Amino acid sequence: MEYKLTFKDYNQALKRDKLMGLKCNDCGAFTCPPMMVCGECARTNHEIAQLSGKGKIVTFTTSFIAAEGRENEVPYTIVMVELDEGPWIMGNLVAIDPKKVTMDIVGKPVQLGNRVYPADKYSNGDMARPAFSLLE
Amino acid sequence: MRRVAVIGTGHSKFCFNSEKTQVEMLAEVALDAINEANITPKDVQAVNVGNVLGDFEEGQGMVQSFLANDIGCFNVAASRFEGACASGSMAVRDAVMWVASGYYDIMLVGGVEKATAMGTPLATRTFAMFGDSRYEFPAGFTFPAVFALLAHLYSNKYGIPMAALKEQMAAVSVQSHEYAMKNPNAQIHKAISKEDVLKSFMVSTPIQLQDACPFSDGAAAIVIASEEAAKKLVKKPVYFAGIGQASSGKLSSQQKYLPRIRARELASQQSYSMAGLTPEDMDLCELHDCFSIAAMIAAEGLGFFDYGTSGLAWEKGETRIGGKIPINLSGGLKAKGHPIGATGVSQVYEVTRQLRGDMAEQGRQVDGAKNGIIDTLGGDGVLVSMILSTM
Repeated sequence: MEYKLTFKDYNQALKRDKLMGLKCNDCGAFTCPPMMVCGECARTNHEIAQLSGKGKIVTFTTSFIAAEGRENEVPYTIVMVELDEGPWIMGNLVAIDPKKVTMDIVGKPVQLGNRVYPADKYSNGDMARPAFSLLE
Repeated sequence: MRRVAVIGTGHSKFCFNSEKTQVEMLAEVALDAINEANITPKDVQAVNVGNVLGDFEEGQGMVQSFLANDIGCFNVAASRFEGACASGSMAVRDAVMWVASGYYDIMLVGGVEKATAMGTPLATRTFAMFGDSRYEFPAGFTFPAVFALLAHLYSNKYGIPMAALKEQMAAVSVQSHEYAMKNPNAQIHKAISKEDVLKSFMVSTPIQLQDACPFSDGAAAIVIASEEAAKKLVKKPVYFAGIGQASSGKLSSQQKYLPRIRARELASQQSYSMAGLTPEDMDLCELHDCFSIAAMIAAEGLGFFDYGTSGLAWEKGETRIGGKIPINLSGGLKAKGHPIGATGVSQVYEVTRQLRGDMAEQGRQVDGAKNGIIDTLGGDGVLVSMILSTM
């Protein structure tokens, strides 16, 4: 059985600011990032769907340390966003001063863009991630 | 299934920059455990080892076979377990099942790590490999960041203002350092105050340096045996009354259940159910406090306190000797240290010695302790729970 939406296809779409996931024909749930099965009902009767890229921040952190090779990125803000379609996704919050981010941003609506992690010797290639900015 | 007991224990001093190799560190504690069990290496039928990053740390993969050979357990089956920070606990649980099944009578289980050899930047990179490499590492995922995300979620979900939560988190670290002072194997022997925690370097908001465990080198080992063999070999076998293990996927996939960790709750329910015991029956607990907020989440997930209230319990001393449930009398990962492959085995060592009454001389014995639980969390996705009992 083939994987419907692979990381390669997800990654290529995200680089064009398109957030791709799966919509389950059985239970209606969206799964994003993609998996082999529906994240809700574990069945495989789903199709590829583009998500809106809109959602609200559920939690965040501003990091002052980073993994080897990413030291020049600090400080940066990681957010967990609940997408309008339901799934939670991890990304960054951009177009803000990371040092000024406080609990006040929880619940704020955001819109997706992307940034690309340029790969290191362990990562098997580059990887885009959601880069959210505050709406308003 | 047969009952299985711990009959021997060994534990190195946890430290920064060990001068020994991983095989040397583990061989020393393995022989201590074998000697305590009144057996010889030839009596060991199989070896399980928790080791996570030996490949990165000293270019050594497959440490389990070299360990077995080095200690004279020549040619026995030797297996390595990798579940990030829960690797040692996985190795123990798996061995318990092999002995319980009747396949083996006596096994050695060890855990070892030499994380400080990597230096902090590479250690941070490799530890981040235990999150989702495709979908979450690109956003700058690190383990401090994971528990920082959970801390803000915890504050929001349970309506605890961040300033109050920070004080509660600090109380967790202060207690761990205090008990570590009494543990000769602890990596850090330094009392700290709430103020020390709150003025320490900000790692990933709201987690500061003194909310976090260190990178560590160290090893621990135990010998386990069937009840029949155990009773012939030692005076005070300590039994595995219950065991449990569960997994979970990438952090975002856990969604609305967070900041609770469902896999922990399932794993501990398995071990309580198997043991026929409840949280109220536990006399002490060694739980996975890689960060202060992680300790609070764990204590609630194991059933000791209502959700959102464990920080108050730490502040009131309910987690100390004499309190409702003494937690991390070893100093915990925070101050005892956290050599990730060894941690689960170290937790079993600690609870075994408490149940044998061996900790009185160190001034941290829970008098008359009969049942103790250990909890280990590995990465996003491996949770192990084990209940040890004198009966």
